[in-house]
Amino acid sequence: MSQEIQIPELGSVGLLRYSWRQLTSMRTALILLLMLGVAAIPGSLIPQRTQNPMKVSEYFKNSPDLSRWMDRFSLFDVYGSPWFSAIYILLFISLIGCVLPRTIEHFHAARALPPATPKNLDRMEHHASWTAQGDELDKARAWFKTNRFRILEKDGSISAEKGFSRETGNLFFHLALILVLLGISFSSLFGMRGDAILNVGERFVNTPTSYDSLQYGKLFKENNLSDFSIKIDKFTAKYNVETNAPEDYTLDVTFAQGDLTKFTQRVIKVNSPLKVGNTNIYLQANGYSPVVTVRDSKGNVAMQGPIPFLPQDGNLRSIGAIKVPDADPQIGFVGSFVPTYARSTNNGAISVFPEALDPRLLLSAWIGDLGLDSGVPQSVYRIDTSKMKQVGLKSLKPGETFIYPQGSITFEGYQQWVNLQIVNDPGKNFALLGGIVAILGLLASLFTRRRRIWIRAGKSIEVAGLAKNSAPGLDIEMQKFVTMLKGEN
Amino acid sequence: MARTWAYLSNYLIYSSMAVYTLSFFAHAVETAWAVRITTEDSKKTLDYKRTEKVARIATAMMILGFLLLVAGVVARGISAGRVPWGNMYEFSITGAMAFCGAYLVALRKYDLRWLGLLVSIAVLLTLGTAVAVLYRPSAPLVPALKSTWLVIHVSAAIISGGVFLLANVIAAAYLYLDAMESRGERTAWAKRLPSLEVLDQLSYRLVAFVFPLWTFAVIAGAIWAESAWGRYWGWDPKETWAFITWVAYAAYLHARVTVGWRGRKAAWLCLFAGSTFLFNYVYVNIWGTGKHTYSGL
Ligand code: HEM
Repeated sequence: MSQEIQIPELGSVGLLRYSWRQLTSMRTALILLLMLGVAAIPGSLIPQRTQNPMKVSEYFKNSPDLSRWMDRFSLFDVYGSPWFSAIYILLFISLIGCVLPRTIEHFHAARALPPATPKNLDRMEHHASWTAQGDELDKARAWFKTNRFRILEKDGSISAEKGFSRETGNLFFHLALILVLLGISFSSLFGMRGDAILNVGERFVNTPTSYDSLQYGKLFKENNLSDFSIKIDKFTAKYNVETNAPEDYTLDVTFAQGDLTKFTQRVIKVNSPLKVGNTNIYLQANGYSPVVTVRDSKGNVAMQGPIPFLPQDGNLRSIGAIKVPDADPQIGFVGSFVPTYARSTNNGAISVFPEALDPRLLLSAWIGDLGLDSGVPQSVYRIDTSKMKQVGLKSLKPGETFIYPQGSITFEGYQQWVNLQIVNDPGKNFALLGGIVAILGLLASLFTRRRRIWIRAGKSIEVAGLAKNSAPGLDIEMQKFVTMLKGEN
Repeated sequence: MARTWAYLSNYLIYSSMAVYTLSFFAHAVETAWAVRITTEDSKKTLDYKRTEKVARIATAMMILGFLLLVAGVVARGISAGRVPWGNMYEFSITGAMAFCGAYLVALRKYDLRWLGLLVSIAVLLTLGTAVAVLYRPSAPLVPALKSTWLVIHVSAAIISGGVFLLANVIAAAYLYLDAMESRGERTAWAKRLPSLEVLDQLSYRLVAFVFPLWTFAVIAGAIWAESAWGRYWGWDPKETWAFITWVAYAAYLHARVTVGWRGRKAAWLCLFAGSTFLFNYVYVNIWGTGKHTYSGL
């Protein structure tokens, strides 16, 4: 294979055209698709910030050097990384460049007549000939018509072709992929997604400041947030008494849209979000918020209210932090809430059922510097106790008070919180349409055979067939055709 | 009442395993006994008659085992008051059912009885693992799974899986026979297996047949994810691997149709694509993290 490869002189226009043609070849599109598949792998094996930020910080703690290197290659954020985006943008361009010209070409080809019957039919794979009886051409014409072949008749021969929907389906499939990608990019430019943690009884008004976290696309305008408000009336969780697994979550809300004084009662469930125009409101997570009152040594209330705690297991043992930055010195409580209390010899307090049958609040109190002014963002569920001193440890039942030298804390009871996820995804219908068209196109292209059949009549009858992509099945069809022509049945 | 159905289901699964074991032995006897040192004249004179009876028993047992398995899966569903697709034990028994069903359907159309040996052992292994390792008491579903999409998405995924695996077994048989032929002639028992071309075509047809169904399963999953999790695609490990499987099979189809791969290369690619599917099932379910991993498998 030692052929000299001739490299033509390329001007800059020539080079551009050459690269464009390379980029838009089917082979490149395929390679890019494969690369996308391979590039998706690390993100499923390495924890991702968008899915599991805790695991990522663990990684950083355990092997900081390696993690910093991995971070440089966006390995904790694979699906938003420059290289991943590069692959799918190239794929996108390649698809467009490949499919559009083919569509135009196909549009013309589909309306053209099949080419005339070749001279030497006996060179074809499915060939047969016999002595003519006379009416074969008419029979053949009728047969082609009923079987919806496109035909060209010329000089005592018919050339017939069928199966264009293979290419049509294929084109639709690939066009549909473009539509899916368009839908996705549209959503990421114009969409928004936010989370709000709300205790039962609280009210949410849809403005940017009401969110605990809010992300939106580059072209999303804040005043595009649709104006609605939601008051959390009641949250009901049902658990299986044998397996402790949740069986049902129901959230009752009072909802108002536009005119924020007109209220309606609505229900949100896990598989049925509340829909407001293009915006969906989901019930995503839930947990307990212990209600506490913190007093200083003189008995003045320093802080009061429900504090959301983060569930740690299926029985909703939850951890959280109660921070009182305004006290002097600052006070913080590292807490753990168990809805149904039990003691285990190894792990101390555990929860044995997710419902609050026998709740306890376990607290350790710390005084010193909470570190809230250090500029480093802090989890609301944790306290950095490195600059603090522990002043006590206590397990409380509802109504009980823990008194320590600097004041006291009373465990008043508990409430439940829910995490509402609010999503505006304007491109999803394009993506869905793309998905549906892709399947239909796929079916059409995988299950149609493109083939040509010829017949030439003279003294003898000659027929032949040719299957594109050597798709099977033509032999049977040819047999039927010949039997029909010969009038045998 | 639910308990009774659950016990019934277990008994049915055990009995189907017993019947599959019989089927396995009957297939083994058939394979071993069909070998006869005949005259040169190859395939057709291989002595079918000697083993015809055993072969029929083998297939009959396969069908009986399948029916018992179907009954077991249905009883499991009744015991839980829902489709029996709530945990990995249930996916495994339903998956084994789909795999065996795919084989039996294909058997009507193609001469595939020789595959029965592999199919019965694969079903036995799957059921054995399910019963011994993955068993969980029958229980209602967690809220995220309560949706019509559970039926649609998971049934499409399970059927696709069954057919993909069948294609894989055939591709593996291809590679084995191919290696055998390149060393010389096929050994006697292998002579009655179909030619390499037939195997090659068959695994391709199976893949081409279920690829649209797989695409549908992924899209149905996305629709469900949109209503359950608030996004239709989030690169959750299960979704990621579903995508990888999709890309791998798309590459396989493209390689055959547009590049013209046949035979050995195509068989390897088919095996590779199938292994991404298995990886998704085994690894992502057991060791993976993500929204698809529901507590307790
Ligand atoms: C983009 C969205 C999704 C994709 C691409 C996807 C993909 C898949 C795939 C490929 C399988 C079958 C393979 C296997 O069993 O290993 C599967 C199974 C399953 N999916 Fe999904 N899925 C999606 C969304 C969902 C959603 C929203 C749910 C439910 C809340 C769900 C629940 C399940 C269940 C229960 C199974 C059964 C088998 C298993 O977990 O192993 N999926 N999914």
